[in-house]
Amino acid sequence: MSAPFNPFSLSGKVVLVTGASSGIGQATAIACAKMGATVIATARNKQRLDCTISQMPQGEHMAICADLTLQNDIDALVEQLPRLDGLVQCAGVGSRVLCKNMTKDDIQDVFLPNVEAPILLQAALLRKKKINRAASIVYIASRAAVAPSIGNAAYSASKGAILSYARCLARELAPRQIRVNCISPAMVWTNLIFNGGVDKQQLEEDELKYPLKRYGQPEDVANLALFLLSDAASWMTGSNIDLTGGAMEL
Amino acid sequence: MDINDFVANFAEQFDETDPSEIQASTAFHDLEEWSSLTGMAVIAMARTQYGKPIIGKELRQCVTVEDLFNLIKNK
Repeated sequence: MSAPFNPFSLSGKVVLVTGASSGIGQATAIACAKMGATVIATARNKQRLDCTISQMPQGEHMAICADLTLQNDIDALVEQLPRLDGLVQCAGVGSRVLCKNMTKDDIQDVFLPNVEAPILLQAALLRKKKINRAASIVYIASRAAVAPSIGNAAYSASKGAILSYARCLARELAPRQIRVNCISPAMVWTNLIFNGGVDKQQLEEDELKYPLKRYGQPEDVANLALFLLSDAASWMTGSNIDLTGGAMEL
Repeated sequence: MDINDFVANFAEQFDETDPSEIQASTAFHDLEEWSSLTGMAVIAMARTQYGKPIIGKELRQCVTVEDLFNLIKNK
C-alpha cells in the first residue's frame, strides 16, 4: 500500500526552532516533531526547554541552551548543530514604551533580541554551511510592523526590520533553492502580550473585536510554520503571510 | 600570504562546489556556482580576512585564483 497523501510531512527533516521554551516557539517545536521532524530546540532556560522536549514524540530531538544576544552563545550553538532543513526564528521580546519616553536602553532591549540576534545567528549558520540546499527558513514577524498601536513603536520597528531583512535574505538564498518567508500574526495568547501593565480582562474584551472572536493560539501560528517548512510550500519564498483572525488592526 | 591558505579561503566562499575542484590554476569564472553573489563574498573576504579592499572590475579581470591572490597580495 502506498503511503497516505501528506505533502506537509516533515519526516526526515532537521529543524532548528529558536525561542522554543515558550509561546509560539514552543508550540512550533512540538508541532514540527509531531509532523515527523527531528527538532533542535533552543532558548535560554534549560528547564523550560526540557519541558518542550518532553511534549514531543520520541526522536533524536535536542535541547541546546543559548542566549542569542551573545555572540559566544551563537557560535557554540552553531558548532553543535547538524545541517538543517528548516529554521524557525521565534525568539523575541515585547515592549510597551511611548515614543516620547524612549531611551537607548529601551531600543536595545528590543532590537538586540528581535533584530540583531536572529540576523547574527542566520549569518553564522550560513558561514558554517549549516543550511541545506532547498531548506526553508521562517521568521516570526508581527502585524505590528504595519498596524500601529500606542506604545508599540520599538516593537513594531523591530518587526518591520525583520520583514525587510527576510526579503533580502530570500533573494540571496534563492540560487540554492532555500526559501525564506515571514509570518505576521496579530495578537496571540502568549506571555509576550502582557507588557506595560496590560491585563488579561482588557485583552479578553479586545479579542471579541476580532472577526473570528478570538486572539490566536500559539498552535495557530505553528500550523502555518509547518506548511512553510514543508515541501508543499516549495514555490513560496520572500513572502509575508498575515495571520490575524480577520483583524485589520492589532 | 600563503597561496594554499588563500585557495582554501577562496573555496570556503562556495556552498556547493567541492573544495577539490578549486586550485590556484582554476579559472573561477567558469565554475558553475560562480555568480555575482559569490563575487560579493570574495570581495568581503579580501576586505575582512586580508584587509585589502578590491572592486568588482578588478575581480572580473582576474582569470585564475592565483591571479586574484596576486592582486590582493600586491595591493
